Formats: sequence, C-alpha cells, structure tokens
Amino acid sequence: MLRLLVVGWYFQLKMQWRDPFTGIFAVLYPMFFATVAFLMFRINGGATSLLYAALGAGVMGIWAATSTTAGSALQRERWHGTLEVLVASPSPFALVLLPVTVAMATIGLYCMVATLVWGRLAFGIHFSVVHWPAFMLAVPATVISIGCAGFLLAVSFVRYRTAWALGNLLEYPVWLICGFLVPLALLPGWVRPISWVLAPTWGMNAIRESALGGTPWPDLLLCVALGALYIAVGVVVLDRALTAARARAVLSLT
Amino acid sequence: MAVIEAENLRRTYKTSTGTIRRKTLEVEAVRGVSFEVGEGELFGLLGPNGAGKTTTIKMLITLLIPTSGSARVLGYDVVKEPREVRKRIGYVFGGERGVYERLSGLDNLRYFAELYGVPAREQRPRIDHLLELVGLKGREDERVEGYSRGMKQRLHVARGLLHDPPVVFLDEPTIGLDPVGARELRSLIASLTEAGKTVLLTTHYMFEADALCDRLAVIAKGQIVAEGTPESLKQLVADRTVVEIETYGVGEEAVERLRGIQGVASVWVEDRDQAQLVLVQSARGLELTQTLLGHLDGIRVGRVAAREPTLEDAYVSLVGEGAD
Repeated sequence: MLRLLVVGWYFQLKMQWRDPFTGIFAVLYPMFFATVAFLMFRINGGATSLLYAALGAGVMGIWAATSTTAGSALQRERWHGTLEVLVASPSPFALVLLPVTVAMATIGLYCMVATLVWGRLAFGIHFSVVHWPAFMLAVPATVISIGCAGFLLAVSFVRYRTAWALGNLLEYPVWLICGFLVPLALLPGWVRPISWVLAPTWGMNAIRESALGGTPWPDLLLCVALGALYIAVGVVVLDRALTAARARAVLSLT
Repeated sequence: MAVIEAENLRRTYKTSTGTIRRKTLEVEAVRGVSFEVGEGELFGLLGPNGAGKTTTIKMLITLLIPTSGSARVLGYDVVKEPREVRKRIGYVFGGERGVYERLSGLDNLRYFAELYGVPAREQRPRIDHLLELVGLKGREDERVEGYSRGMKQRLHVARGLLHDPPVVFLDEPTIGLDPVGARELRSLIASLTEAGKTVLLTTHYMFEADALCDRLAVIAKGQIVAEGTPESLKQLVADRTVVEIETYGVGEEAVERLRGIQGVASVWVEDRDQAQLVLVQSARGLELTQTLLGHLDGIRVGRVAAREPTLEDAYVSLVGEGAD
C-alpha cells in the first residue's frame, strides 16, 4: 500500500513538473504572492512581520498549487481518458487519487522555498527559525494536510464533471479564512468556526509559531488530525462517489 | 462455465437540453443485450458507430452500472464485485487516449504495473517481455507524446496485459491505424487466444471480425440482431445476390425508389470520393439489374456488377433491416 502511494506520488510529480502550465505556475506564482505580501507588510512592519508575511505567502503557494490544479488535473485525466483506466484498475481508488493531490501539494512546497528565497533576494528578509525541529515537522505536515484537503475536493471532481471550478473558487477565500495573510482575530466571529475545521489554518499557525517563537505543537497536532479526518471522510465518500459516477456515466467525456 | 455472461443488459443515458427551460432526455444505448463467451474464445461484438458496443463493454469492465440486467465475468458480478472483476481483466481501447503523454512508455507501464498489483520483482521482466511483444523495445524511454498513433495503441495493449489477465476486452483496438499497424495488431490479438486468454473484441470492421473471431454478435441500435460464427452469419444471405452500382449524385429519394422495387431485400449506399456505391441485395436468381437502372433514370451511372454475398453483406443486411 505504501509502495503504491510512493510510486503514484513519484509519477504524478514527474508529470506535473513536465506540464508547462504547472511549471510557469510554480515559478511565477510564489514570486507574485510574496511580492504582494511583502509590499503590504513593509508599510508599517518590522523584520518579524515581514517573515510572518513570507511564511503566509509560502503556504498560499501550497494551497494555490493544490486547490486549482487538483481540479484541473482530474479534469485532464478525464480528457485524456486515463480516469477510466485508473478506476478500472483493481487498486482501491483512494490510494490512486491521494498521490495525485499530495504530488500537487509537493509542488506547493517548492513555492514555500521559492517565496523565502525571493524574500531574501528581493526584499532582504532574513529567515530565522526559533524551533527548527517543530518547523521541519510543521512544513511537511501542512503540505500533506493540504494534499488531504485536495483529496477531499478531488472526490467531488470525480463525481461531478464541472466541479473543477470549485477548486478555483476556493483558492482566494481560503487565503483569508485560514489566516495566511491576515490574522484570524481580524475576521468576523462567524468565520472562525470555518477556519477551525480547515487544516491549513492550523498548519499555518504551526509554521509561524515554530518560526517566530511560540507553542507550535497543539497546532501541529490539530493540522495532522484534520488531515487524517479528511482522508477518512474522503475514503468513505469516494466509494459512493465512484458508484454514482459509474451510474451516471461521468467518468469519461464520451 | 461461460467466462463472460451478459443477461438482458440495458443502459439508459440521461442528457439535458436548454438553459432556462431544461429538458431531460433519455437515450437507450443498450436495450436488452444477452450473450455468453466461453473460455479461450475470441468473441466479437460487431456493429456500426453508436450501436452500443462501447457501452456494453464498459458495463462488463465495471466502468458503467447497467440500468437493468446483470453481467458476470469469471463468475463475479460486475456491479457487486467490481474489484474481483478488475483483478482478472485487461481493458484496451482504441485511439490515442488513455496513456500519460508526458511520461515515457516505460514509466507508463511501471505506473500501471503498480496500480494493477504486479509484484515489484516481476514488474521489470514482465514489462520487458511486453515491450518485446508489442514491438516497442528500444523506444520505451521516449515520451509518449512523441509516439505515433500505432505506437500508442501498442502501448495500450501492453498496459492491458501487464497483470497477465485471463480475460481481455478490446474496444475497437485498430481504429485509426494504418493498414500495416492494424495487421500487426490483429496478429497480436490472434496470439492472445493461442495463449489461452478469453477475448471480447468490438469492431466495426467486417474483415477484422471475419479473420479473428470464433463467434460474433451483430449489434444494432442497442440490440443483438444476430449471433453465430462468421460462416453461419454469411449463410443468412447465402440465398441472395448483390448488385453493385456506381453512381454520381444518387439521393435519398432514388434510394427509396430502389427499396420499393419488388424483390429488393435491402439497399445500402457507400460514399467513395465523388461517387456513391449503391449495394442492392435481392433474392438469388432474380434478374433485377435493368429494373434497378430504370429506377435510377437521370442519375449518372458508372460500373455495374453482380456478385456473391460476403460477411459484409450479411452485416449490412442485419444492421439495415434489424432492431427497430
């Protein structure tokens, strides 16, 4: 099972890197996100707030890479006729689908690195981390949990041909709701419960708390737990979604 | 025991039209299809485009759930036990879709070998053997986007055989291939049954069905209109004669006039560049050539010939006259 996940992740990552759209996306977007964040925070911020912005922009990149491309990747599988071939394989479909979204989140990990490098080169932001072990755990945990959220989204993409638009729709609201750029305390009270059920919120907190100083462990734990919950819900729903897709003939375009 | 069993399979698609006043339409793609395929048999589903061949095959390989009816492969129900079915079948479809273009041929096979549960140690020798079998040895490291259509099709076949399935479904595998590529693929298909596999092949090429299949079912408008060996299907029109008339500019009205002639069993028109070849079937011994030409008055006529019926004529007759 682990081998299937790793092999699937490797080949999906290989395919994504070779996609010109993904390549341009991966190179340009982190710089764009980082520049916007740095210009916003530079007005009245010190070194700490610029690092706060840099980390937020990095996670924005991970989320953007997962939410928008998960939809388009599934749609591409459908266009290329490979979605049917994947479904027709005897492997549990969850183990086929999860590496697709985790591979995308991995491309997002590059966005995080690129953002920090861009911040250093273009804006002179010094990158320092208070709790290195926690930081080194928080970043992959956030990547994987965002991949898990992408998996949950991908389940709907399998079932509904037009659901890829949902991925695009969710890209920007999540930046706000999960506090990538703006502290959650500034958002209206009714938004907070939504933030709490989103793993990126806790992943973002864990990364910031470990880099800037604080208590990252509870956030990290919640991020991982929510990621695991997404997988559990996704696996349960996926079987039904697949059955519905087979009943409604939406696995292919022909 | 039959390896593939289809019992009264039906499949309806729902489509909708309009933006504000949406109307849902139901299209019956398959209307009560039943057949059985025995072990080691190469069974053909023959029919024109839109006859329901692909829908039938997709129900059998668990990609579509039948609206009603049932089907089993090696005794496993395609709706209730899809994973058991998938472990034991290979699926190959025609055209260029279904492979990852940005990966090499080898990477495609390695990925699918993993998905199909081929043990890690067996993967490389199996892949090497299949690359040899389908003639892609030496080209496996190239990206698939640079492959010709025939190479992609052969990669499809290799993918479908990765886990050495006892049952193989081939959905119009030679569609769009050049004559040499199609011939090579047909000899590969023939070798599958020699290796003991049970094969279900869909095609709309008559000579392909005639050359490859042990038994055939002709499907038209979602229903099976005839079933048997190629020879027995040819017998359906053995008591007929076929008159071929080359015409330039024959219209539907003239064709209807021909159909109205007493003794004419069926009329079929094939487009040949600027010309149309009108194929008229009638009872053997009935001399209708002059009558037919009389009904084509005013239309430029070229070559006219009478000949013995072939399997293609049997097919034309079945598809044209059956299933309403």
